Amino acid sequence: MTEQGNSAPLALDRADARVKHEAGIGGAVRAFLDRVRSGDLGSLPVIVGLVVIWTVFTSLNPVFVSSSNLVNLLFDCSTVGVIALGIVCVLMVGEIDLSVGSISGFASAMVGTLWVNQGWPVALAILAALAFGALIGSLYALLFNRLGMPSFVSTLAGLLAVLGMQLYILGSTGSINLPYGSALVDFGQLMVMPKWVSHTLAAIPGLAMLVSGLRTFARRRAANLSTPSVAGLVLRVAVITIGLELIVAYLNQSRGIPWMFGLFVGLVVAMNYALTRTKWGRSMTAVGGNREAARRAGIKVRAIYLSAFALCSLFAALGGVLAAARLASASQQAGTGDVNLNAIAAAVIGGTSLFGGRGSAYSALLGIIVIQSIASGLTLLDLSSSLRYMITGAVLAIAVIVDSLARRSRASHGRA
Amino acid sequence: MSESPEGSASVGELVLSLRGISKNFGAVSALTDIDFDVHAGEVVALVGDNGAGKSTLVKILAGVHQPSSGTINFRGRPVTLPDPRAALTLGIATVFQDLALCENLDVVANIFLGNELSPLRLDEVAMEMRAWTLLNELSARIPSVREAVASLSGGQRQTVAIARSLLLEPKLILLDEPTAALGVAQTAEVLNLIDRVRARGLGVVMISHNMEDVRAVADRIVVLRLGRNNGVFEPDASNQDLVSAITGASNNAVSRRAERLRAERDHSAQAGEQRP
Repeated sequence: MTEQGNSAPLALDRADARVKHEAGIGGAVRAFLDRVRSGDLGSLPVIVGLVVIWTVFTSLNPVFVSSSNLVNLLFDCSTVGVIALGIVCVLMVGEIDLSVGSISGFASAMVGTLWVNQGWPVALAILAALAFGALIGSLYALLFNRLGMPSFVSTLAGLLAVLGMQLYILGSTGSINLPYGSALVDFGQLMVMPKWVSHTLAAIPGLAMLVSGLRTFARRRAANLSTPSVAGLVLRVAVITIGLELIVAYLNQSRGIPWMFGLFVGLVVAMNYALTRTKWGRSMTAVGGNREAARRAGIKVRAIYLSAFALCSLFAALGGVLAAARLASASQQAGTGDVNLNAIAAAVIGGTSLFGGRGSAYSALLGIIVIQSIASGLTLLDLSSSLRYMITGAVLAIAVIVDSLARRSRASHGRA
Repeated sequence: MSESPEGSASVGELVLSLRGISKNFGAVSALTDIDFDVHAGEVVALVGDNGAGKSTLVKILAGVHQPSSGTINFRGRPVTLPDPRAALTLGIATVFQDLALCENLDVVANIFLGNELSPLRLDEVAMEMRAWTLLNELSARIPSVREAVASLSGGQRQTVAIARSLLLEPKLILLDEPTAALGVAQTAEVLNLIDRVRARGLGVVMISHNMEDVRAVADRIVVLRLGRNNGVFEPDASNQDLVSAITGASNNAVSRRAERLRAERDHSAQAGEQRP
């Protein structure tokens, strides 16, 4: 509006005099504070939480922020993080999958059995495990769509049933060791990016933001729509690029960025694109926000549920395969214990709402880093798993409380 | 709004014809043996007391509910409307009373919901531009199309819902209480818009409790009472006649009059006379 001057016609979306439109960098900051105050928190709580957690653990044991510990952290994040990414999918449509742990365990058992015991090619074994995951998810969707079975119950049943299948195919041996030196195990334990690759990859998000941002600005100007300030965009790009490059440089002081983490981040970015920039993602958000409205808009609601459940289980299976690679074994313990809750907690802590219709793929990334930081920090302090469970539980509770409070605040401030 | 949709019906053609539509919810008969016609270039007002079955009828036409019995003819062909998608594809657009907007999405996303431009790489700029064009045609007062719908007032939401129904260039528009939540200026705009839609040769069905609005735009007024047809009136019918048909007072006289009017109309329609 400021650039247009008085003589030029107002931009198409700036013609209404009653609306405040912030301009420039100061305006962007003010708008951000306004959003936060009205309960539209986005990723803010998780970033604050992360800073607190890292400060506490570093003061207790400086090894925590050492480059080598953080690289290990990234290896650990990738497995459950992929599962959490699937949880984001089902939470977006306002449903839940409690069986992701079992599915991941069964997928790792499948890879172990088919590859090591039956002699299948490893790629085929992995594909079979992924297909099985997608099949289970489709089954949940079928039960949900056709029989109206709440996903809470069907996936709880699935948790037990799939766990039983895992124990069955592992049989009396109980665990299968994956061969060291194989590509899969190397991928899960050793393979890191060369320095130049990681630095190049770290520069890509900023460049992509800059290019697509400038192109959008040009198109908006051509369409007589207002454009945000270019300075703000450049500032954001600079902050992100410098931040990422510094992180990468720090991690490269020890082993470097794991390829497995690269895969995880790649999936997160792809999922973020799918959720925000495609018709499918728009439909997912709509179904999560108001199922009936989505149906009346002509969206195939059942197909959306099917895609959400199938994707969730598919990601769970992939997470299981990665976990098997990380541990170099497929055992009866795989996928049991806290895997389930860590995955769900990560998605929620990262800012994906349990109530549906709000969330982002990045919440899986941020959330799992919080969860794994807690686990890693407590391990470094030599605390038992009993304490780790209690603290993780408390963090999850706090995250849900923040979600609920923010939701109430949004309602009273007229934001969705 | 300038060009007419392809295959647009010629004025006077029977766009929609319902025969013997009934709808039961369990033991409750919401609609019994409803006959209902809409011609191209005609605004039919659907009036009746609360619980008369107006909204149920609209929901059947929108594909939200399925009739228990009866036939639906759309542009001369018998059709079924198993889901909202089918109705939209045929060219029946609906603005629901409970507005059916997604509060967590912004205005642009709601207007284009289910009809996004370039599905694999959403064209936000084009969608925003089209959204503003539609909203400006309605003289809408929407502060920002990038705000979530949750932050809009009832009237603003109504405008968004109407804008959305126009997006698909429909053949028949169903408006369930389109002016109920609107201010004076916006009501006038919506009525103007209904006139414009009619001029383009579309059929319009409008539910309203506001007799003033109904008289202002309707070519015919169809009265429902307790789920049954209870007469068809010209817009210049006296208020007393309308009110008694709606409330059921002096029921018999009104029914007789309505029957006579409808018989004449059917007769003239069969004779192939051109409609006004």
